[in-house]
Amino acid sequence: MAPMLEVKNLRVSFPTHRGRVEVVKGISFDVGRERLGIVGESGSGKSMTGRAILKLIRKPGLVTADRMSFDGIDILSQNEKQMRSIRGARISMVMQDPKFSLNPVMTVGQQIAEALVTHEKLGRREVNERILAMLDAVRINDPKRVAGLYPHEVSGGMGQRVMIAMMLIPEPELLIADEPTSALDVSVQAQVLDIIDDLVTRKGMGLILISHDLNLVSRYCDRILVMNSGTVVEECAAGQLDKASHPYTRGLLAAMPTMNENRDELPVLDRTQWAGT
Amino acid sequence: MGGHMSTISLKNLDISYGDTKVVHGVNLEIADGESFALVGESGSGKSTILRAIAGLAPDWTGEISVLGKARSHGVDRDVSRQCQMVFQDPYGSLHPRKTIDATLSEPLAIHGIGNRGERVEAMLKAVGLDQRFRFRFPHQLSGGQRQRVAIARALMLEPKVLLLDEPTSALDVSVQAEILNLLKRLRREQGLTYLMVTHNLPVVSFLCDRLAVMRHGRIVEVASVEQLKHGQLTADYSRELMAATVASV
Amino acid sequence: MTTRDWLLEDSPSSRFQANAGRAYRVFTALLRNPLSVVGGVIILVLILTAIFAPWIAPYSAVGQDLANRLAPPSGTHWMGTDELGRDIFSRVIWGSQITLTIVGLVALISAPLGLLIGAIAGYFGGWVDRILMGFTDIFLSMPKLILALAFVAALGPGINNAIIAIAITSWPAYARIARAETMTIRHAEFISAVRLQGAGPIRIIVQHILPLCTSSMIVRVTLDMAGVILTAAGLGFIGLGAQPPLPEWGAMISRGRTFILDQWWVATMPGFAIIIVSLGFCFLGDGLRDVLDPKSEGK
Repeated sequence: MAPMLEVKNLRVSFPTHRGRVEVVKGISFDVGRERLGIVGESGSGKSMTGRAILKLIRKPGLVTADRMSFDGIDILSQNEKQMRSIRGARISMVMQDPKFSLNPVMTVGQQIAEALVTHEKLGRREVNERILAMLDAVRINDPKRVAGLYPHEVSGGMGQRVMIAMMLIPEPELLIADEPTSALDVSVQAQVLDIIDDLVTRKGMGLILISHDLNLVSRYCDRILVMNSGTVVEECAAGQLDKASHPYTRGLLAAMPTMNENRDELPVLDRTQWAGT
Repeated sequence: MGGHMSTISLKNLDISYGDTKVVHGVNLEIADGESFALVGESGSGKSTILRAIAGLAPDWTGEISVLGKARSHGVDRDVSRQCQMVFQDPYGSLHPRKTIDATLSEPLAIHGIGNRGERVEAMLKAVGLDQRFRFRFPHQLSGGQRQRVAIARALMLEPKVLLLDEPTSALDVSVQAEILNLLKRLRREQGLTYLMVTHNLPVVSFLCDRLAVMRHGRIVEVASVEQLKHGQLTADYSRELMAATVASV
Repeated sequence: MTTRDWLLEDSPSSRFQANAGRAYRVFTALLRNPLSVVGGVIILVLILTAIFAPWIAPYSAVGQDLANRLAPPSGTHWMGTDELGRDIFSRVIWGSQITLTIVGLVALISAPLGLLIGAIAGYFGGWVDRILMGFTDIFLSMPKLILALAFVAALGPGINNAIIAIAITSWPAYARIARAETMTIRHAEFISAVRLQGAGPIRIIVQHILPLCTSSMIVRVTLDMAGVILTAAGLGFIGLGAQPPLPEWGAMISRGRTFILDQWWVATMPGFAIIIVSLGFCFLGDGLRDVLDPKSEGK
């Protein structure tokens, strides 16, 4: 079976006063109905990769690829209008901070409804039922009340769950989650990721989880890409992370303190080793 | 006064923001040279305690004393020489229009301390920054380098106590390791006392001796780092917090 | 090493070099914007004209030649002559000195005043803010020209009083901007950090807050200069600004009004001067805004 998303030699570049600088330098990967994690530190190009898939990179940014197709559709040749029918409906994206992604003057229910009706024509009663069912699916206890709240009236964790509800209600086939929990508290993080995980598995969707947190990604994904300065330095099964071979991955793993930390000093990445500069 | 005197002592501390009370009846004694962590989630009041000790949250009742002296409610020049703070956000804590040199010289100028050039050079060296960064602006530095500058600025007045407000949570893992190593080394070399606010238990395990777990403005448990390492925290909430961390590790 | 390399050095070796480098970057960014270059050139020409007026102007600004009154533009009188036979071109040239003085003094008085009042109100908040801003709002609630008119009427007509009146009416807008900026900055961590180091409020406002307000202030002042010139001209036009025989552009238009149908050049030529200089300030201000905006810097 052909993979759902195929990316070959993806490059993203931006102009600077020293000429064009590539932030993604020719990466290739496939995503099927599975959970793929993309890990990297800031500036690794992981977020740009996620945005490039949805053609969310604005000018003067430039995206090129030998091939970038979703379910047989060549994404690069789609115009903005065609992309809009893919975004949300077939590929959704959850961003880092719900505060900036939710419209402050619309209630939670209205926003979820909008996400639904832009892609599907439904009666009002059916829309309401679907919203309440979706809020229930993201484990909001009192969906009727929450649907009537404005974004500033919900907590960070609940806001992010609302975002997920909004993104998943049109039942997309692929969900891109870009640091979906880094603005949240540790205990809420696990909750939110469990919800994403549960919904993705239950509906047989594909998931691309973009994060800086190796542990988190290894826990919630099947396969991991480790990115560093625009290239994929390592690709491995999530369970095999401890057997990672690339010095960058190993360095990252070692640099993290653990719960029972007895080292006197944390090993520091030697960036000259592979950066090639 | 004989015996062991606390470096930071909080007695019956209540702190309010406007009409809402965010910290309730906190008692803490932090010994000289100790590295102590306040752990909790957002809204637990841990950062507020730090700000009250620093003098940035003046609306409190109870007693705060630093190095044996009761603290006034506002910012105080004497306290500022003994107790400094490092902020969470390396992008927001440096003045965008001032060179690193100007930022580091400022505390010296405020307190009329001479020899500024040499002191700045020495401090850059101590925090592991090359001299060529000295006349750069913050936007020409990476997050980790900025945080080194922020630590350097806090140390310019040679304080005894450093208040650390999530000093590494905005940084990448590899950079976090560098900053944690730096903090550990500086504490050893300069005999500093740390009071650190964090939500990251592994960081506590690496850098601290004791910790207090906070929730809803109250301390639910004070424990040694050995207890943390061996999973022997007793309060329900502490165990919850540990489970959430272990789950993601 | 060339001067340019020295200015663009990534790791400057002195505070002076760092600041010079920053100024140079702003300058080159400004040069990349064609409109701001046009604006800059106009302002530069205005300044040079004002300085070298005695050498540029072919005639005296006040010398009358009644035999030659109301002569149309020609080779000898490029912009024609007015009702007293004075060469309009020379008067426009000399008038640039007056315009530049007005603009310069108004900026010098009102911008720092507004900046300081706004920063103090924004930093302290509470009742200080309420009193200072209440005062500011009283000034803001009255039309500028009318207020200036009232002041000049009270102080007596004349160029100096016009400058004072315009300055008094323009600071409130700057105070508002400075206050808004200060309120966003005052809780920034870098301000908390200097407070913790023991810096007093004066030091914090002057050394840490004001430098961050100045760039938006420079932009705003530059853009407002067109308005100042127009207000000055307006005052001159109704006879409350510069007094005859001073060659103030607004006053010149006012005198030419009588002949506007038959001798159009008398009122039009100084009008052109006002338009061009106002446009110059607007272009430069727009360019500066693009370059100095702190949000776009550092990227």
